[in-house]
This record gives sequence, C-alpha cells and structure tokens, in this order.
Amino acid sequence: MNAAAHPQSVQPGTALSVGARQRRSLGRRMTLLMLLPSTLWFLLLLLMPLLIILVYSFGERSAVGGYAAGFTLDNYLNLGSRAAAFSNTLILAPLGTLVCLVAAYPLAYFLALKVSKNRSLLLTLVIVPFWTSFLIRTYAWIFLLSGKGIPALLASFGLEDVRLINTPWAVLIGIVYGYLPLMVFPIYVSLEKLDKRLLEASADLGASAFESFRRITLPLSAPGVITGVMLVFILLMGEFLIPAILGGGKVFFLGNALVDLFLQSRNWPFGSALAMTLVAMMLVIIGVYLKLVARYGGRPVDSGV
Amino acid sequence: MNDNPPSDIEFCNVVKRYGEVSAVNGLNFAVRRGSFHSFLGGSGCGKTTTLRMIAGFEQPSSGEVLLAGKNVAGVPAFERPVNMVFQHYALFPHLTVAQNIAYGLRYRNPRPDKKTQLRMADEALEMVRLSGFGQRKPSELSGGQQQRVALARALVNKPTVLLLDEPLAALDRKLRKEMQSELLRLQREVGITFVLVTHDQEEALSMSDSISVMHNGSIIQTATPEQLYEAPASRYVADFIGESNLFNGTVRQLQGNSVVLRTEQGLELESPLTPTGKTLSADAPGCIAVRPELISIAGANADMLREVKLPGRVEDRIYLGNCTEYRVRTQAFGVICVRVPRQQDHPANAFEHGAAVSVGWDHANGLAMAL
Repeated sequence: MNAAAHPQSVQPGTALSVGARQRRSLGRRMTLLMLLPSTLWFLLLLLMPLLIILVYSFGERSAVGGYAAGFTLDNYLNLGSRAAAFSNTLILAPLGTLVCLVAAYPLAYFLALKVSKNRSLLLTLVIVPFWTSFLIRTYAWIFLLSGKGIPALLASFGLEDVRLINTPWAVLIGIVYGYLPLMVFPIYVSLEKLDKRLLEASADLGASAFESFRRITLPLSAPGVITGVMLVFILLMGEFLIPAILGGGKVFFLGNALVDLFLQSRNWPFGSALAMTLVAMMLVIIGVYLKLVARYGGRPVDSGV
Repeated sequence: MNDNPPSDIEFCNVVKRYGEVSAVNGLNFAVRRGSFHSFLGGSGCGKTTTLRMIAGFEQPSSGEVLLAGKNVAGVPAFERPVNMVFQHYALFPHLTVAQNIAYGLRYRNPRPDKKTQLRMADEALEMVRLSGFGQRKPSELSGGQQQRVALARALVNKPTVLLLDEPLAALDRKLRKEMQSELLRLQREVGITFVLVTHDQEEALSMSDSISVMHNGSIIQTATPEQLYEAPASRYVADFIGESNLFNGTVRQLQGNSVVLRTEQGLELESPLTPTGKTLSADAPGCIAVRPELISIAGANADMLREVKLPGRVEDRIYLGNCTEYRVRTQAFGVICVRVPRQQDHPANAFEHGAAVSVGWDHANGLAMAL
C-alpha cells in the first residue's frame, strides 16, 4: 500500500576524480528530479486527503450537511450504528480472498507448469474480461443470479427455491469473479519462476509428487500468494460496486456506507470517522498478516530466488 | 548376463525417442559395482538422456534398464535407489543447508527420527568438509561449497548409485581440480558406484575406472582411460580423446597385426592394428592415428633414426608451459602436430616459425583403425 519508491542508491566510490564526482552529483540530482512527481503525488493526493479526513472525523455535521469545525469523539462512538457494514466487510472480504486463492492457485499452477503450447493465449483469456467495463460485467451477473439465471438452471435439476441475488452469496460470487485475475497473476509469476529442476531434485531424493508440492512448490510460490492475497484483500475492504449491485441494498459493505454518508446523508464527519477506522483496521490486519507470514517462513516481498 | 563381478547398472538395447528424433540408439553397457564410470561426449550425444533414464526422469522407449539386477521399468524417480548431483546443484533455496541435506532422509525406510536425521546431516557435512555450515542458506555459499552440499545431500541417502551430471562444469579450473580429488576420495570412502556425465575429457580420464565415449546417441567405445587413449577403437575416439594426427586411406595389406595403408596422398604407411575395435579388411577404408607426443622433430639436416621421416616447415609454435606444440607443414600430409616436452638439456622451443625441420615416427607409434 505504501507507494514510496526506493531511490537507486549511489554506491560511494573509493577514489573519485573530479569529473567522476561531478557526474555523481549530477546523477544524484537526476534521481531526485525523477522522484519529484511521485513524491508530490504521494504528499498531495494521499497524505493530504488523509490528514483532512482525520481532522474532519473529529468535527461536527453542519446544519446543511458537510463539515463544521469542532472537536468531538461522537463520530467514533457512533460507529456501532454501522455494525452491519463492518461485519459484512470483515466476513466477506477475507472469505472472498480465501475463495479467490483456492480458485486461483490451481489455475495458476496449470498455466505455469502444465501448459507449454498455448500459454500466452490462455493467459490472455484470463484477462479478457477486463476488456469490458467492470460495471457492465457486474450487471450481467444480476441476470445470471436472478430467477431466470442460475436458480432456474438449478431448479431443472430439482433444486427448487434457490435465491442468490441480493444475498451474501451473490456478493461472494461477484467478488470471486471480479478479483480472480488479480490473484492468478502474482501466483502464476512465482510458479513460472520456479526452477523445475528443484522438483526433479526433490523426486530424486525420494519425495512423491504430493510431497514435492508441499515442501517445494508451495513454499516457493509463497511470495506470489502473499502478493495476491494482499492485492485482493485490500481492494475488497474498500469494495463498493459489487455489494451495491448484487447485494441489492441488503448486503452492505463499508464502502457503501461511506458513499451513503458522504453523498446521501451528507454527514461528512461521521463518514470521515468511518473511513479512518477502515484505514486503521486495514493497517492492523495487514500488519498481523505480514508478521504471521514472516514467522512461518515465507518472504513478504517477491524477491528473486 | 555376466554376474561376475556384479553390475549395479545394466542397459539392454535401450532406445529413447522424442517423437521422430532418437536421443539414444540401442545402448548396451554394464557398470561394475563400486566403480567410477563416466559417459563422455559432446553436447547432444545422449549422455544426459542416459543419466536421466538411470535416475528415472525419462523412461526408455524400448529396451531394459536394470538397477542392482532389477528391471526398473515404470519405477518412478522417487522410488529408485539412486541419487543425483545436478549440474546447477538444484539446492532448495528456501531451506537451510542442513534441511537440504536431510531432505531425503524422511523418505527412507525405516524412517530415521528427527534427531537421527540431524546427526546424519551433520556427518554428511563433515564428510564434505563443511562442518558448521548447516544453518546457512544455499545462497550464502560459494559455488564450490554449494557443490559440496549437493554431494552431501545425495550421499547421505546411501544410494546404490550416485549420478553426477556435469557437476564441476560451473567451477573454475583450480576448484575443479580440487573437487575432482574430493570426489575420488569420497568414492573410495563410501564405496558406492559413481556415474559421471561430462564433456570434459580430462575430467573423465583423471577420475574414471571406465569410460563410455558417446556420439550421436550411441556408445562408440567403453574402456579404461588408458585403453581409450592408447588403443582407441575408431577414428572418432582417437580424435576426440586427446589429439591425434590422422591419416586416412585404404588398406593395402594385412599381415597378422600389421596394416599397410595407402593414404589419400598416395603414400604408404604402416602400423599395428589397434587392439580394440573392428578388424580391418583389405581394400576397406581405414586410418592411422599418431599421437603428437610420439612424433620427433629435428633440424632439417640432423640425423633422425625414425622409420617414417618427413621434411617440413614450422608453421606455428604454441608454447603450452610443460610442452611446446609445433604445427609443421609437410608436403606429403599437410599439417602435422608435434608435441615436445620441456626438458633440461633440450629447449623445447628450439625451432622458430618458418624453420626447416624434419618430423618422424616409428611404425609402432601409429595405430591403424576403422574410420
């Protein structure tokens, strides 16, 4: 989430000529110059808004809506009134991530290790859905999940009265559909980089295919899994579109609550408090996650082996 | 088949085809238990395919592979009593050195407990002289050290056969020499069969009890290093192992062991038939090979008591340290290569570029063989 770029560090030379020193200082200035846009971006568009929201979250709603200066903790104390949004997000975001992972890993494994001929074609197929607007694709799911879609199909097999649309299941299906490619690609990359000779070495040392997977493939693809999980989870925590369309106003996420508070009831301070809480929760969850990952031997960054 | 002495590996008419292309054509060989055998050949000669069929990574298209007397058709790699040292070591990057070495131990039957596994890993590290490196990651080791870990990881399982796939190719020359004697020491210590695949003839000659020279998917000759060098079976081997001056021609006369060849240049050369390889028949094509170090060189006017004597001119002089190589252009046979060892009383580089010299050898120095 932290978007700060790492500057190329200039290695200190031992004995530099005047020319070399000049070149070096020029190089350093170039580096700073190149970092300027991202630094400005980071300060103006990330930190500043965050600070503003932090300030707002302690303010009061003015009579006409929006923000009025003040200092009160009421907004935070009132968070309980949005408990449903919290619980929906905190259940469906991790669950959606998990289902994405379970669905994406075999696909990525297949693409990286079992396909040799049409690999780029198949990879393209994974991203083909992105060629259409996410909104339109999600609308399409309304039809698929409503009475004439999947439930009708299930009914023809004797499973009557299955209701999907406007339930948490609909939201979960939409989430998995929408975010699967984001999980597939990092895992694919880490599996593709896996040195196949390691698997031969493992077999040579007596490990069965399953054992080789458990002891070699899985740990070495951990960086991809970690990246994919973070990517999907972070986006899901702020998800708004899928619950709005497929949840039909019944399955609310924090994102929907925010839209409601800022745009409908125009209670900016309360919305700000909710937003700050979301950011804090995310930081805590990701922090704990990375700690756990580090403890169990994975590497949090996708470093080359 | 012959049971005395017992062989650990036996190939009977083994063929391996990839689609239309055959990588290995009808291999037949046996490797004696406890010996150090090498497969030597250029890239694409089928030596690695052969090794991979022993390991179980490839299955032969036809023919039989026997390990310790048992046919291993269909036995997967993880159930074979062989272990391999891979060309680029293939150490598991996410495990420590000790975990790498202990990797295969849990699949042994009976399975040693955790403590025994650690002790065995420690002993294996000691054997390859890397005590105290157990907690490091492979990436923290040098190439030579990684090589030793790969060796320990394979040997700790006490395999029937240890397979080595160009294990020293990635090391520099000095380290390679060191690892060669290390490998020999280990082989004597553990007493199991080692099978080495290499393209480096020096490596094969210096380490092996027996060598199979491979070319185009077939074994050209299997012999001891001495036999390969001193009695190559064919022109290919004579040319591939060390260097030879080769004179092609047709057989004119066969008398017992002695062959007279009319060369392409219309001259007659005589030499004994190589003790290995096919016998020649009259009017068949053949060649005579003479090693550069068996040829003498002298000034044009000096007396030289050799049976074959040819005048020529020094075209190139290559100083090799322990010897000097002359490339002498002769009228009769084109360029002839001569190697003169460095000696105290005789400056090896006595002849300048362009000097008129004569080169010569005795009939007995040559070997006649099939093409």
